[in-house]
Amino acid sequence: MRIPFLRGFWKLTWLEAKIFTREPMGFVGTLVMPVVVFIILGRALGASKPVATPTIDLPFNPAILAAILIALSAVQSLVAIISIYREGGILKRLRSTPLSPVTIMGAQVVVKLVFTVLSLSLLVLAGRRLFPGVMQVNVFSFTAAVLLGTFSILSLGFVLASLVPTARFAQPIGAIVLYPMLALSGLFYPLDRFPRALRELAYLFPTTHAVALLNGVWDGSGWAAHLVNVAALLALFVAYTALSTRVFRWE
Amino acid sequence: MIPVISVSNLGKSYGRTVAVDDVSLEVFEGEIFGLIGPNGAGKTTTMECVEGNRVPDKGKISVLGLDPRRDANALRQRIGVQHQEAHLQKRIKVWEAVDLWRSLYPRVVDTDSLLAGLGLESKRNAWFMTLSGGQKQRLFIALALIHEPEVVFLDELTTGLDPQARRAIWGLVTGIRARGTTVFLTTHLMEEAERLCDRVAIIEHGRLIEVGTPDDLVQKHCPERTVVFSSDDVNVAERLQGLGVVERAEGSAATYTIRGAGDDFVTAVINIIAREGIRVRGFRTEIPTLEDVFLKLTGHGIRD
Repeated sequence: MRIPFLRGFWKLTWLEAKIFTREPMGFVGTLVMPVVVFIILGRALGASKPVATPTIDLPFNPAILAAILIALSAVQSLVAIISIYREGGILKRLRSTPLSPVTIMGAQVVVKLVFTVLSLSLLVLAGRRLFPGVMQVNVFSFTAAVLLGTFSILSLGFVLASLVPTARFAQPIGAIVLYPMLALSGLFYPLDRFPRALRELAYLFPTTHAVALLNGVWDGSGWAAHLVNVAALLALFVAYTALSTRVFRWE
Repeated sequence: MIPVISVSNLGKSYGRTVAVDDVSLEVFEGEIFGLIGPNGAGKTTTMECVEGNRVPDKGKISVLGLDPRRDANALRQRIGVQHQEAHLQKRIKVWEAVDLWRSLYPRVVDTDSLLAGLGLESKRNAWFMTLSGGQKQRLFIALALIHEPEVVFLDELTTGLDPQARRAIWGLVTGIRARGTTVFLTTHLMEEAERLCDRVAIIEHGRLIEVGTPDDLVQKHCPERTVVFSSDDVNVAERLQGLGVVERAEGSAATYTIRGAGDDFVTAVINIIAREGIRVRGFRTEIPTLEDVFLKLTGHGIRD
Protein backbone atom coordinates (compact mmCIF):
# COMPACT_ATOMS: atom_id res chain seq x y z
CA MET A 1 0.00 0.00 0.00
CA ARG A 2 1.31 3.42 -0.85
CA ILE A 3 0.61 6.27 1.47
CA PRO A 4 1.13 9.36 -0.69
CA PHE A 5 1.70 11.44 2.42
CA LEU A 6 4.73 9.39 3.38
CA ARG A 7 5.99 8.58 -0.10
CA GLY A 8 9.73 8.06 -0.07
CA PHE A 9 9.92 8.06 3.73
CA TRP A 10 11.91 4.85 4.23
CA LYS A 11 14.07 5.42 1.20
CA LEU A 12 15.00 8.90 2.43
CA THR A 13 15.55 7.61 5.98
CA TRP A 14 17.85 4.83 4.78
CA LEU A 15 19.68 7.30 2.56
CA GLU A 16 20.16 9.82 5.36
CA ALA A 17 21.45 7.05 7.64
CA LYS A 18 24.00 6.01 5.01
CA ILE A 19 25.04 9.60 4.41
CA PHE A 20 25.48 10.13 8.15
CA THR A 21 27.88 7.18 8.44
CA ARG A 22 29.96 8.62 5.60
CA GLU A 23 30.87 11.65 7.68
CA PRO A 24 33.50 10.21 10.03
CA MET A 25 33.67 13.18 12.42
CA GLY A 26 29.96 13.49 13.01
CA PHE A 27 29.48 9.76 13.10
CA VAL A 28 32.22 9.02 15.62
CA GLY A 29 31.47 12.16 17.60
CA THR A 30 27.83 11.40 18.19
CA LEU A 31 28.14 7.66 18.53
CA VAL A 32 31.31 7.16 20.52
CA MET A 33 32.12 10.37 22.41
CA PRO A 34 29.38 10.09 25.05
CA VAL A 35 30.51 6.54 25.77
CA VAL A 36 34.12 7.71 26.14
CA VAL A 37 32.96 10.42 28.57
CA PHE A 38 31.09 7.77 30.52
CA ILE A 39 34.11 5.48 30.76
CA ILE A 40 36.50 8.25 31.80
CA LEU A 41 34.11 9.65 34.41
CA GLY A 42 33.21 6.19 35.62
CA ARG A 43 36.86 5.31 36.18
CA ALA A 44 37.76 8.64 37.72
CA LEU A 45 34.88 8.43 40.16
CA GLY A 46 35.74 4.88 41.15
CA ALA A 47 32.66 3.18 39.85
CA SER A 48 34.74 0.22 38.72
CA LYS A 49 34.92 -1.15 42.23
CA PRO A 50 32.26 -3.79 42.57
CA VAL A 51 29.50 -2.59 44.80
CA ALA A 52 26.76 -4.52 46.45
CA THR A 53 23.85 -2.40 45.37
CA PRO A 54 23.17 -0.52 42.16
CA THR A 55 23.02 2.76 44.02
CA ILE A 56 26.34 4.51 43.61
CA ASP A 57 27.65 6.98 46.09
CA LEU A 58 28.67 9.60 43.51
CA PRO A 59 27.78 13.26 43.00
CA PHE A 60 25.87 12.17 39.91
CA ASN A 61 25.23 9.09 37.86
CA PRO A 62 27.73 8.88 34.97
CA ALA A 63 25.48 6.50 33.04
CA ILE A 64 22.64 9.00 33.07
CA LEU A 65 25.02 11.83 32.18
CA ALA A 66 26.26 9.77 29.24
CA ALA A 67 22.71 8.97 28.18
CA ILE A 68 21.78 12.65 28.26
CA LEU A 69 24.94 13.50 26.35
CA ILE A 70 23.89 10.99 23.73
CA ALA A 71 20.51 12.68 23.44
CA LEU A 72 22.07 16.14 23.30
CA SER A 73 24.60 15.15 20.67
CA ALA A 74 21.72 13.82 18.58
CA VAL A 75 20.10 17.24 18.87
CA GLN A 76 23.36 19.06 18.06
CA SER A 77 23.77 16.88 15.01
CA LEU A 78 20.16 17.49 13.93
CA VAL A 79 20.54 21.26 14.26
CA ALA A 80 23.80 21.18 12.29
CA ILE A 81 22.37 19.00 9.52
CA ILE A 82 19.24 21.08 9.12
CA SER A 83 21.15 24.35 9.02
CA ILE A 84 23.62 22.96 6.48
CA TYR A 85 20.76 21.60 4.38
CA ARG A 86 18.97 24.91 4.52
CA GLU A 87 22.04 26.96 3.67
CA GLY A 88 22.88 24.71 0.73
CA GLY A 89 19.35 24.84 -0.65
CA ILE A 90 18.98 21.10 -0.04
CA LEU A 91 15.82 21.57 2.03
CA LYS A 92 14.38 23.74 -0.70
CA ARG A 93 15.23 21.21 -3.39
CA LEU A 94 13.71 18.33 -1.39
CA ARG A 95 10.63 20.41 -0.72
CA SER A 96 9.94 20.96 -4.39
CA THR A 97 9.59 17.20 -4.89
CA PRO A 98 6.50 15.22 -3.86
CA LEU A 99 8.24 14.56 -0.51
CA SER A 100 6.07 15.99 2.26
CA PRO A 101 7.64 18.24 4.93
CA VAL A 102 6.80 15.58 7.54
CA THR A 103 8.75 13.01 5.52
CA ILE A 104 11.78 15.25 5.10
CA MET A 105 11.97 16.01 8.84
CA GLY A 106 10.71 12.63 10.03
CA ALA A 107 13.53 10.86 8.21
CA GLN A 108 16.06 12.92 10.17
CA VAL A 109 14.32 12.14 13.46
CA VAL A 110 14.27 8.40 12.79
CA VAL A 111 17.95 8.42 11.86
CA LYS A 112 18.81 10.29 15.07
CA LEU A 113 16.74 7.90 17.20
CA VAL A 114 18.34 4.85 15.60
CA PHE A 115 21.83 6.17 16.22
CA THR A 116 20.82 7.06 19.78
CA VAL A 117 19.91 3.42 20.36
CA LEU A 118 23.21 2.29 18.84
CA SER A 119 25.20 4.67 21.01
CA LEU A 120 23.23 3.63 24.06
CA SER A 121 23.93 -0.01 23.29
CA LEU A 122 27.65 0.79 23.24
CA LEU A 123 27.21 2.55 26.56
CA VAL A 124 25.50 -0.43 28.18
CA LEU A 125 28.02 -2.89 26.77
CA ALA A 126 30.90 -0.76 28.02
CA GLY A 127 29.25 -0.35 31.40
CA ARG A 128 28.60 -4.05 31.84
CA ARG A 129 32.18 -4.91 30.92
CA LEU A 130 34.07 -2.20 32.77
CA PHE A 131 31.91 -1.60 35.82
CA PRO A 132 30.36 -4.97 36.70
CA GLY A 133 27.62 -4.79 39.27
CA VAL A 134 26.87 -1.18 38.50
CA MET A 135 24.78 -1.50 35.35
CA GLN A 136 22.02 -3.48 36.96
CA VAL A 137 19.35 -1.43 35.33
CA ASN A 138 16.61 -2.75 33.09
CA VAL A 139 18.19 -2.04 29.71
CA PHE A 140 14.92 -1.91 27.78
CA SER A 141 13.30 0.40 30.25
CA PHE A 142 16.41 2.59 30.30
CA THR A 143 16.58 2.66 26.49
CA ALA A 144 12.90 3.49 26.19
CA ALA A 145 13.33 6.37 28.62
CA VAL A 146 16.34 7.71 26.72
CA LEU A 147 14.44 7.44 23.42
CA LEU A 148 11.43 9.28 24.81
CA GLY A 149 13.73 11.97 26.17
CA THR A 150 15.62 12.27 22.89
CA PHE A 151 12.38 12.44 20.94
CA SER A 152 11.21 15.32 23.09
CA ILE A 153 14.56 17.13 22.99
CA LEU A 154 14.68 16.75 19.19
CA SER A 155 11.50 18.79 18.91
CA LEU A 156 13.34 21.57 20.71
CA GLY A 157 16.14 20.96 18.20
CA PHE A 158 13.76 21.93 15.39
CA VAL A 159 13.03 25.21 17.14
CA LEU A 160 16.78 25.81 17.48
CA ALA A 161 17.28 24.87 13.83
CA SER A 162 14.79 27.58 12.91
CA LEU A 163 16.68 30.20 14.91
CA VAL A 164 20.14 29.35 13.60
CA PRO A 165 20.90 31.89 10.85
CA THR A 166 23.66 29.94 9.08
CA ALA A 167 25.40 26.61 9.47
CA ARG A 168 28.36 28.36 11.13
CA PHE A 169 26.15 29.28 14.06
CA ALA A 170 24.72 25.81 14.56
CA GLN A 171 27.39 24.70 17.02
CA PRO A 172 27.56 27.81 19.27
CA ILE A 173 23.81 28.42 19.38
CA GLY A 174 23.20 24.76 20.07
CA ALA A 175 25.72 24.95 22.89
CA ILE A 176 24.24 28.15 24.35
CA VAL A 177 20.90 26.42 24.82
CA LEU A 178 21.91 22.83 25.39
CA TYR A 179 24.60 23.29 28.07
CA PRO A 180 22.45 25.40 30.41
CA MET A 181 19.72 22.83 29.83
CA LEU A 182 22.09 20.17 31.05
CA ALA A 183 23.21 22.29 34.02
CA LEU A 184 19.59 22.90 35.05
CA SER A 185 18.48 19.34 34.44
CA GLY A 186 18.77 18.31 38.08
CA LEU A 187 21.47 15.79 37.29
CA PHE A 188 24.25 17.64 39.13
CA TYR A 189 22.29 19.59 41.73
CA PRO A 190 18.87 18.64 43.02
CA LEU A 191 16.18 20.84 41.49
CA ASP A 192 14.76 21.85 44.87
CA ARG A 193 17.99 23.67 45.69
CA PHE A 194 17.46 26.05 42.75
CA PRO A 195 15.76 29.42 43.16
CA ARG A 196 12.14 29.25 42.15
CA ALA A 197 12.51 31.09 38.83
CA LEU A 198 15.33 28.83 37.71
CA ARG A 199 13.39 25.78 38.78
CA GLU A 200 10.39 26.84 36.75
CA LEU A 201 12.61 27.52 33.77
CA ALA A 202 14.12 24.06 34.18
CA TYR A 203 10.69 22.48 33.89
CA LEU A 204 10.35 23.92 30.38
CA PHE A 205 13.34 21.89 29.24
CA PRO A 206 12.80 18.28 28.24
CA THR A 207 16.20 17.33 29.69
CA THR A 208 14.94 17.98 33.21
CA HIS A 209 12.11 15.49 32.83
CA ALA A 210 14.33 13.04 30.99
CA VAL A 211 16.82 13.08 33.89
CA ALA A 212 14.04 12.57 36.43
CA LEU A 213 12.64 9.65 34.45
CA LEU A 214 16.10 8.10 33.98
CA ASN A 215 16.85 8.48 37.69
CA GLY A 216 13.56 6.76 38.38
CA VAL A 217 14.35 3.91 36.01
CA TRP A 218 17.79 3.63 37.59
CA ASP A 219 16.75 3.54 41.22
CA GLY A 220 13.94 1.14 40.54
CA SER A 221 10.98 3.42 41.23
CA GLY A 222 10.07 2.94 37.56
CA TRP A 223 7.83 4.66 35.04
CA ALA A 224 4.73 4.57 37.19
CA ALA A 225 6.33 6.88 39.73
CA HIS A 226 7.30 9.34 36.98
CA LEU A 227 4.16 9.63 34.90
CA VAL A 228 4.31 13.38 35.43
CA ASN A 229 7.69 13.49 33.69
CA VAL A 230 6.45 11.26 30.87
CA ALA A 231 3.46 13.52 30.39
CA ALA A 232 5.74 16.58 30.49
CA LEU A 233 8.05 15.11 27.85
CA LEU A 234 5.07 14.45 25.57
CA ALA A 235 3.54 17.85 26.23
CA LEU A 236 6.84 19.63 25.56
CA PHE A 237 7.19 17.61 22.37
CA VAL A 238 3.78 18.79 21.20
CA ALA A 239 4.48 22.39 22.23
CA TYR A 240 7.93 22.60 20.61
CA THR A 241 6.74 20.85 17.45
CA ALA A 242 3.83 23.27 17.16
CA LEU A 243 6.21 26.18 17.71
CA SER A 244 8.71 24.92 15.15
CA THR A 245 6.04 24.45 12.47
CA ARG A 246 5.33 28.16 12.92
CA VAL A 247 8.87 29.48 12.97
CA PHE A 248 10.65 26.93 10.78
CA ARG A 249 12.41 28.33 7.73
CA TRP A 250 13.04 26.14 4.69
CA GLU A 251 15.51 28.57 3.11
CA MET B 1 -3.09 28.86 -28.72
CA ILE B 2 -3.68 28.12 -25.05
CA PRO B 3 -0.67 29.06 -22.93
CA VAL B 4 0.99 26.42 -20.73
CA ILE B 5 1.84 29.10 -18.20
CA SER B 6 -0.12 32.26 -17.72
CA VAL B 7 0.71 34.90 -15.16
CA SER B 8 -1.23 38.09 -14.66
CA ASN B 9 -0.38 41.03 -12.41
CA LEU B 10 1.94 39.03 -10.18
CA GLY B 11 3.35 40.90 -7.21
CA LYS B 12 5.57 39.84 -4.32
CA SER B 13 7.36 41.82 -1.62
CA TYR B 14 9.76 40.82 1.14
CA GLY B 15 9.10 43.26 3.92
CA ARG B 16 9.53 46.67 2.33
CA THR B 17 11.51 45.34 -0.63
CA VAL B 18 9.38 44.90 -3.71
CA ALA B 19 10.81 41.87 -5.53
CA VAL B 20 8.09 41.57 -8.17
CA ASP B 21 5.97 44.63 -8.80
CA ASP B 22 3.65 43.73 -11.65
CA VAL B 23 4.43 40.86 -14.00
CA SER B 24 2.14 39.38 -16.63
CA LEU B 25 3.36 36.81 -19.14
CA GLU B 26 2.40 33.75 -21.14
CA VAL B 27 4.49 30.73 -22.07
CA PHE B 28 3.38 28.42 -24.87
CA GLU B 29 3.77 24.70 -25.34
CA GLY B 30 7.11 23.51 -26.66
CA GLU B 31 8.96 26.81 -26.49
CA ILE B 32 12.00 27.87 -24.52
CA PHE B 33 10.97 31.02 -22.73
CA GLY B 34 13.63 33.09 -21.01
CA LEU B 35 13.20 35.63 -18.24
CA ILE B 36 16.23 37.89 -18.45
CA GLY B 37 17.43 40.71 -16.29
CA PRO B 38 20.09 41.76 -13.80
CA ASN B 39 20.48 40.19 -10.38
CA GLY B 40 17.69 41.29 -8.08
CA ALA B 41 15.32 42.14 -10.93
CA GLY B 42 12.75 39.61 -9.72
CA LYS B 43 13.53 36.66 -12.02
CA THR B 44 13.83 33.98 -9.38
CA THR B 45 10.90 35.23 -7.32
CA THR B 46 8.68 35.21 -10.40
CA MET B 47 9.80 31.70 -11.31
CA GLU B 48 9.33 30.37 -7.79
CA CYS B 49 5.83 31.78 -7.60
CA VAL B 50 5.01 30.05 -10.88
CA GLU B 51 6.47 26.75 -9.60
CA GLY B 52 4.33 27.02 -6.48
CA ASN B 53 7.36 27.24 -4.19
CA ARG B 54 6.56 30.79 -3.11
CA VAL B 55 3.28 32.46 -2.24
CA PRO B 56 2.61 35.61 -4.25
CA ASP B 57 1.06 38.68 -2.63
CA LYS B 58 -1.15 39.34 -5.61
CA GLY B 59 -1.89 38.21 -9.13
CA LYS B 60 -3.14 35.08 -10.84
CA ILE B 61 -1.00 32.17 -11.98
CA SER B 62 -2.03 29.14 -13.97
CA VAL B 63 0.35 26.33 -14.95
CA LEU B 64 -1.00 23.48 -17.11
CA GLY B 65 -4.44 24.67 -16.04
CA LEU B 66 -3.56 24.23 -12.35
CA ASP B 67 -3.20 26.71 -9.52
CA PRO B 68 0.41 26.36 -8.27
CA ARG B 69 -0.59 26.76 -4.62
CA ARG B 70 -3.96 25.01 -4.44
CA ASP B 71 -2.97 22.13 -6.72
CA ALA B 72 0.66 21.99 -5.56
CA ASN B 73 0.81 18.22 -5.28
CA ALA B 74 -0.75 17.57 -8.67
CA LEU B 75 1.50 20.17 -10.27
CA ARG B 76 4.71 18.71 -8.75
CA GLN B 77 4.04 15.52 -10.71
CA ARG B 78 3.93 17.42 -13.98
CA ILE B 79 6.73 19.98 -13.67
CA GLY B 80 10.47 19.65 -13.17
CA VAL B 81 12.52 22.27 -11.35
CA GLN B 82 16.15 23.20 -10.97
CA HIS B 83 16.88 25.86 -8.36
CA GLN B 84 19.55 28.51 -8.54
CA GLU B 85 22.76 27.48 -6.75
CA ALA B 86 21.15 24.30 -5.47
CA HIS B 87 23.01 21.53 -3.71
CA LEU B 88 22.35 18.02 -2.55
CA GLN B 89 23.73 16.23 0.48
CA LYS B 90 27.53 16.35 0.20
CA ARG B 91 27.95 12.61 0.47
CA ILE B 92 24.94 11.40 -1.47
CA LYS B 93 25.89 9.26 -4.45
CA VAL B 94 24.58 10.13 -7.90
CA TRP B 95 22.66 6.87 -8.22
CA GLU B 96 21.16 7.30 -4.74
CA ALA B 97 19.75 10.70 -5.61
CA VAL B 98 18.35 9.35 -8.87
CA ASP B 99 16.90 6.35 -7.03
CA LEU B 100 15.21 8.56 -4.41
CA TRP B 101 13.71 10.83 -7.05
CA ARG B 102 12.53 7.80 -9.06
CA SER B 103 10.64 6.50 -6.05
CA LEU B 104 8.65 9.73 -5.73
CA TYR B 105 6.86 9.65 -9.06
CA PRO B 106 4.42 7.09 -10.46
CA ARG B 107 5.86 7.23 -13.97
CA VAL B 108 9.56 7.69 -14.68
CA VAL B 109 11.90 7.56 -17.64
CA ASP B 110 14.65 4.98 -18.07
CA THR B 111 17.27 6.52 -15.80
CA ASP B 112 20.21 4.61 -17.28
CA SER B 113 19.73 6.21 -20.66
CA LEU B 114 18.90 9.55 -19.03
CA LEU B 115 22.23 9.52 -17.15
CA ALA B 116 24.06 8.34 -20.26
CA GLY B 117 22.48 11.13 -22.28
CA LEU B 118 23.72 13.63 -19.72
CA GLY B 119 27.20 12.12 -19.65
CA LEU B 120 26.89 11.00 -16.03
CA GLU B 121 27.02 7.21 -16.35
CA SER B 122 30.65 7.05 -15.15
CA LYS B 123 29.71 9.15 -12.10
CA ARG B 124 26.98 6.85 -10.78
CA ASN B 125 28.91 6.01 -7.61
CA ALA B 126 30.45 9.44 -7.06
CA TRP B 127 29.53 11.58 -4.07
CA PHE B 128 27.75 14.80 -4.95
CA MET B 129 30.56 16.89 -3.39
CA THR B 130 33.11 15.38 -5.78
CA LEU B 131 31.24 16.41 -8.93
CA SER B 132 32.34 19.40 -11.00
CA GLY B 133 30.02 22.38 -11.40
CA GLY B 134 28.89 21.18 -14.81
CA GLN B 135 28.29 17.64 -13.55
CA LYS B 136 26.21 18.93 -10.66
CA GLN B 137 24.06 20.96 -13.02
CA ARG B 138 23.66 17.94 -15.32
CA LEU B 139 22.57 15.87 -12.33
CA PHE B 140 19.99 18.54 -11.45
CA ILE B 141 18.77 18.45 -15.04
CA ALA B 142 18.45 14.66 -14.74
CA LEU B 143 16.46 15.02 -11.51
CA ALA B 144 14.24 17.65 -13.11
CA LEU B 145 13.52 15.38 -16.09
CA ILE B 146 13.15 12.03 -14.32
CA HIS B 147 9.35 12.02 -14.31
CA GLU B 148 8.89 13.25 -17.87
CA PRO B 149 7.55 16.64 -16.85
CA GLU B 150 5.55 18.74 -19.27
CA VAL B 151 7.23 21.97 -18.15
CA VAL B 152 10.78 22.37 -16.87
CA PHE B 153 11.95 25.38 -14.84
CA LEU B 154 15.66 26.16 -14.99
CA ASP B 155 16.89 28.99 -12.76
CA GLU B 156 20.33 30.43 -13.67
CA LEU B 157 21.39 27.09 -15.05
CA THR B 158 24.90 27.97 -16.19
CA THR B 159 25.95 30.61 -13.67
CA GLY B 160 29.48 29.89 -12.52
CA LEU B 161 30.25 27.33 -15.22
CA ASP B 162 33.21 27.54 -17.58
CA PRO B 163 32.49 28.13 -21.29
CA GLN B 164 32.79 24.46 -22.30
CA ALA B 165 30.43 23.27 -19.59
CA ARG B 166 28.06 26.10 -20.45
CA ARG B 167 27.93 25.09 -24.10
CA ALA B 168 27.35 21.45 -23.16
CA ILE B 169 24.40 22.51 -20.98
CA TRP B 170 22.97 24.62 -23.81
CA GLY B 171 22.96 21.53 -26.00
CA LEU B 172 21.05 19.65 -23.31
CA VAL B 173 18.44 22.39 -22.96
CA THR B 174 17.69 22.43 -26.68
CA GLY B 175 17.46 18.64 -26.35
CA ILE B 176 14.72 19.10 -23.73
CA ARG B 177 12.74 21.23 -26.18
CA ALA B 178 13.25 18.58 -28.86
CA ARG B 179 11.34 16.13 -26.61
CA GLY B 180 8.38 18.48 -26.73
CA THR B 181 8.87 19.76 -23.20
CA THR B 182 8.25 23.43 -22.49
CA VAL B 183 11.20 25.19 -20.86
CA PHE B 184 10.96 28.29 -18.67
CA LEU B 185 14.41 29.59 -17.77
CA THR B 186 16.02 32.60 -16.17
CA THR B 187 19.44 33.91 -17.02
CA HIS B 188 21.49 37.05 -16.71
CA LEU B 189 23.64 35.99 -19.66
CA MET B 190 22.40 37.65 -22.82
CA GLU B 191 24.36 35.31 -25.05
CA GLU B 192 22.67 32.37 -23.39
CA ALA B 193 19.22 33.89 -23.88
CA GLU B 194 19.98 34.67 -27.50
CA ARG B 195 21.21 31.16 -28.26
CA LEU B 196 18.55 29.21 -26.40
CA CYS B 197 15.33 31.14 -26.14
CA ASP B 198 12.50 31.22 -28.61
CA ARG B 199 11.12 34.18 -26.72
CA VAL B 200 12.49 36.36 -23.96
CA ALA B 201 11.00 38.74 -21.45
CA ILE B 202 13.23 41.47 -20.06
CA ILE B 203 12.54 42.19 -16.41
CA GLU B 204 13.82 45.07 -14.34
CA HIS B 205 12.81 46.32 -10.89
CA GLY B 206 10.08 43.70 -10.81
CA ARG B 207 8.41 44.76 -14.04
CA LEU B 208 8.56 43.38 -17.56
CA ILE B 209 9.80 46.01 -19.94
CA GLU B 210 9.70 44.02 -23.18
CA VAL B 211 8.70 40.57 -24.49
CA GLY B 212 9.46 39.00 -27.85
CA THR B 213 11.79 36.83 -29.89
CA PRO B 214 15.44 37.88 -29.61
CA ASP B 215 15.48 38.75 -33.33
CA ASP B 216 12.35 40.89 -33.12
CA LEU B 217 13.68 42.76 -30.10
CA VAL B 218 16.96 43.51 -31.83
CA GLN B 219 15.06 44.56 -34.96
CA LYS B 220 12.76 46.83 -33.03
CA HIS B 221 15.15 48.50 -30.61
CA CYS B 222 18.54 48.27 -32.25
CA PRO B 223 18.16 48.47 -36.05
CA GLU B 224 21.66 49.93 -36.43
CA ARG B 225 24.00 48.07 -38.75
CA THR B 226 27.67 48.68 -39.32
CA VAL B 227 29.77 47.55 -42.27
CA VAL B 228 33.51 47.57 -41.84
CA PHE B 229 35.76 46.69 -44.77
CA SER B 230 39.33 47.22 -45.76
CA SER B 231 40.65 48.03 -49.19
CA ASP B 232 43.92 49.10 -50.85
CA ASP B 233 42.01 50.70 -53.71
CA VAL B 234 42.25 54.43 -54.38
CA ASN B 235 39.57 57.05 -53.87
CA VAL B 236 37.30 54.64 -52.06
CA ALA B 237 35.76 57.36 -49.89
CA GLU B 238 34.90 59.48 -52.91
CA ARG B 239 33.39 56.55 -54.79
CA LEU B 240 31.12 55.79 -51.82
CA GLN B 241 30.09 59.38 -51.30
CA GLY B 242 26.80 59.93 -49.57
CA LEU B 243 27.15 56.82 -47.39
CA GLY B 244 28.92 58.64 -44.59
CA VAL B 245 32.14 56.66 -44.84
CA VAL B 246 34.71 57.02 -42.09
CA GLU B 247 38.22 56.25 -43.32
CA ARG B 248 41.15 55.11 -41.25
CA ALA B 249 44.50 54.45 -42.90
CA GLU B 250 46.51 51.43 -41.80
CA GLY B 251 49.69 50.90 -43.79
CA SER B 252 49.03 50.00 -47.42
CA ALA B 253 45.29 49.42 -46.85
CA ALA B 254 42.63 51.57 -45.23
CA THR B 255 39.66 50.56 -43.13
CA TYR B 256 36.26 52.04 -43.93
CA THR B 257 33.35 52.09 -41.54
CA ILE B 258 29.80 52.76 -42.73
CA ARG B 259 26.89 53.04 -40.33
CA GLY B 260 23.24 52.69 -41.20
CA ALA B 261 20.05 51.08 -40.11
CA GLY B 262 17.56 48.48 -41.21
CA ASP B 263 17.63 45.00 -42.67
CA ASP B 264 18.45 46.13 -46.20
CA PHE B 265 21.38 48.31 -45.26
CA VAL B 266 24.11 45.68 -45.56
CA THR B 267 22.76 44.49 -48.92
CA ALA B 268 22.70 48.05 -50.17
CA VAL B 269 26.32 48.66 -49.20
CA ILE B 270 27.44 45.40 -50.85
CA ASN B 271 25.64 46.39 -54.05
CA ILE B 272 27.34 49.78 -54.17
CA ILE B 273 30.77 48.28 -53.49
CA ALA B 274 30.19 45.77 -56.29
CA ARG B 275 28.91 48.41 -58.67
CA GLU B 276 31.96 50.58 -58.01
CA GLY B 277 34.23 47.60 -58.46
CA ILE B 278 36.10 48.32 -55.27
CA ARG B 279 38.71 45.68 -54.38
CA VAL B 280 37.81 44.46 -50.89
CA ARG B 281 40.41 42.71 -48.70
CA GLY B 282 38.40 42.27 -45.55
CA PHE B 283 34.71 42.63 -44.81
CA ARG B 284 32.56 42.28 -41.73
CA THR B 285 29.25 43.49 -40.42
CA GLU B 286 28.35 44.46 -36.88
CA ILE B 287 24.81 43.58 -35.91
CA PRO B 288 23.51 44.50 -32.46
CA THR B 289 22.72 41.71 -30.02
CA LEU B 290 20.24 41.19 -27.26
CA GLU B 291 22.83 42.71 -24.94
CA ASP B 292 22.63 45.98 -26.89
CA VAL B 293 18.85 45.87 -26.63
CA PHE B 294 19.14 45.35 -22.92
CA LEU B 295 21.58 48.25 -22.54
CA LYS B 296 19.31 50.50 -24.51
CA LEU B 297 16.13 49.57 -22.66
CA THR B 298 17.52 49.61 -19.16
CA GLY B 299 20.20 52.24 -19.55
CA HIS B 300 22.82 50.08 -17.86
CA GLY B 301 24.73 46.87 -18.36
CA ILE B 302 23.55 43.49 -17.24
CA ARG B 303 26.58 42.95 -14.99
CA ASP B 304 26.01 46.04 -12.88
